[in-house]
Amino acid sequence: MVERRPGLNVLAHLILILGVAIVAFPLWMTFVASTQTAEQIVQNRPMSLLPGDNLVETYRVALFGGQSNYGSAIAPVLPMLKVSLISALVIAVGKIAISLLSAFAFVYFRFPGRSLCFWMVFVTLMLPVEVRIGPTYEVVSNLGMLNTYAGLTVPLIASATATFLFRQFFLTVPDELVEASRIDGAGPIRFFRDVLVPLSATSIAALFVIQFIYGWNQYLWPLLVTTDESRYPIVMGIKRMISGGDAATEWNVVMATAMLAMIPPALVVLGMQKWFVKGLVDAEK
Amino acid sequence: MGALSIRKVFKEYGRGATANRVIHGVDAEIADGEFIVIVGPSGCGKSTLLRMVAGLEEISGGEIAIGGRVVNDVEPSERDIAMVFQNYALYPHMSVYDNMAYGLKIAKVPKPEIDARVRKAAGILELGALLTRKPRELSGGQRQRVAMGRAIVREPQVFLFDEPLSNLDAKLRAQTRIEIRKLHAELGVTSLFVTHDQVEAMTLAQRMIVMNKGVVEQIGSPESVYARPESMFVAGFIGSPPMNLLRGQADGARFEVAGAVIALPQAAPRAGELVLGVRPEHISLEPGGWPMRVDLVEMLGAERLVHGRIGDSGLTVRIDGTAVPPSAGQTVGVVAAPAQVHWFDPKTTRRVDA
Repeated sequence: MVERRPGLNVLAHLILILGVAIVAFPLWMTFVASTQTAEQIVQNRPMSLLPGDNLVETYRVALFGGQSNYGSAIAPVLPMLKVSLISALVIAVGKIAISLLSAFAFVYFRFPGRSLCFWMVFVTLMLPVEVRIGPTYEVVSNLGMLNTYAGLTVPLIASATATFLFRQFFLTVPDELVEASRIDGAGPIRFFRDVLVPLSATSIAALFVIQFIYGWNQYLWPLLVTTDESRYPIVMGIKRMISGGDAATEWNVVMATAMLAMIPPALVVLGMQKWFVKGLVDAEK
Repeated sequence: MGALSIRKVFKEYGRGATANRVIHGVDAEIADGEFIVIVGPSGCGKSTLLRMVAGLEEISGGEIAIGGRVVNDVEPSERDIAMVFQNYALYPHMSVYDNMAYGLKIAKVPKPEIDARVRKAAGILELGALLTRKPRELSGGQRQRVAMGRAIVREPQVFLFDEPLSNLDAKLRAQTRIEIRKLHAELGVTSLFVTHDQVEAMTLAQRMIVMNKGVVEQIGSPESVYARPESMFVAGFIGSPPMNLLRGQADGARFEVAGAVIALPQAAPRAGELVLGVRPEHISLEPGGWPMRVDLVEMLGAERLVHGRIGDSGLTVRIDGTAVPPSAGQTVGVVAAPAQVHWFDPKTTRRVDA
């Protein structure tokens, strides 16, 4: 936009404000609902758009569990947050570790069947969890990993995307750097640890953000492999709170849980924003 | 101690009948403390040879010995060498200090000694104020010095330089050349320096190895290589502008080139087809000499280059900048200094002596 016309400026702002409003309004609704009581939500039509006075109570019930007004038990969210956090972290860290190592092997080592291996990894890009869910479940169940953190995370760790990204990055690292470290006496692992990993720091940060959110948002897979409430992640928890049929739903608690589920990914994005953008934009060599 | 022997070394890529041989049996004995420059056009195998000495390329045949120890199967880090790369190859995420200390850290040299060596090298190279900087915060010349510092701290038997000056601008290159000479005088470490720039080769070398197409054309001091080129390639490669090479039929003191016959100051070493070589500065303009038609005169400041032709062969003459130049189109007489005429066999391209 080279032109500077006030009319265009106003228009641009209008469009941006509209965009923000469309994105932010549901979030605001969620927040407002989580500050009211279940009756207020149901009885006021339309629902009030101003925060109510039930904020502390709703979040206390959501986090630690309690009784609903109709007598049914509400499961505490805190353990679910823990499960979600652990699985998301394990998935993100595991993916990064495995992808770094496999990309390192593909770029720096000549071994028989190297390109075959690479293409096999590459092909898995076409096979996300949803496609291979039947066989994967079979394997996990035979290994006795149902209802464990291993079952929740291991099948999601293998990642062609991250391997591919690191491979592309490693290919841009000058050969002379490898040679210089050979002359300095650094073996492969030393070179990996002292040179490649520090150079990949921004890519690692960007991937961490993406993979953390990926792991956090998993729904279908945990639904299959967990039957024990102590292993339910929070995304599943939200769904379970919405009761079907005759039972009433405590919408305020559901909304509070949704808010709680949004906070950790948001924190990760905010905290790593600078690194994230840097990792996507420039490859410092 | 730091002598370097290269014996019948060759290099080929691929195996068997399809193998592509890029270095054809190089022999060189380099004494301890000598500064040797390997010079040649791109693709002549000079960098490959250096990388074989470093251990970064496998040796297909022959032997390389450093300090009397054959190192064919020794890892680069165990060869007691240090290398300065063309692009410096500094670790981008490490400070200048860590870049220099990294090799010593891996070699488990005690911390105080690492510190002493790094600070000493930094002192020699005037890097003291830059030790905490990252490579990206340095200028090209500073990076180059860090790369040299990294080599110095290793205290190796042999320094290997792979065109380390080619990324510097002309002024800095001249300055760094002098610094490298001083450094060599101070440390006295055997050095092998690869370049395609003959000025660098002439100014730095105690002895130079001129290579072409994987073969050593000549080994000798810059003076002897310049004064007595052993082959037509060396004659044409060393010296700027290059030596004039005229091909023709010799018969006693008569030399017949395409389109002209010239009288030689001394009889040719033998009759038959020969190539006459004479440097532009060993030709003077004199009436009654060989008839040369002038095409172009270039002014270089202290001197002028007169480009012209005798018959169909091009000839360049260097004259004093203050002399009155001939004008283009004119025909002038030129005379070669008798002692400065070289003869080559056009078939073997080697020098022919009387």
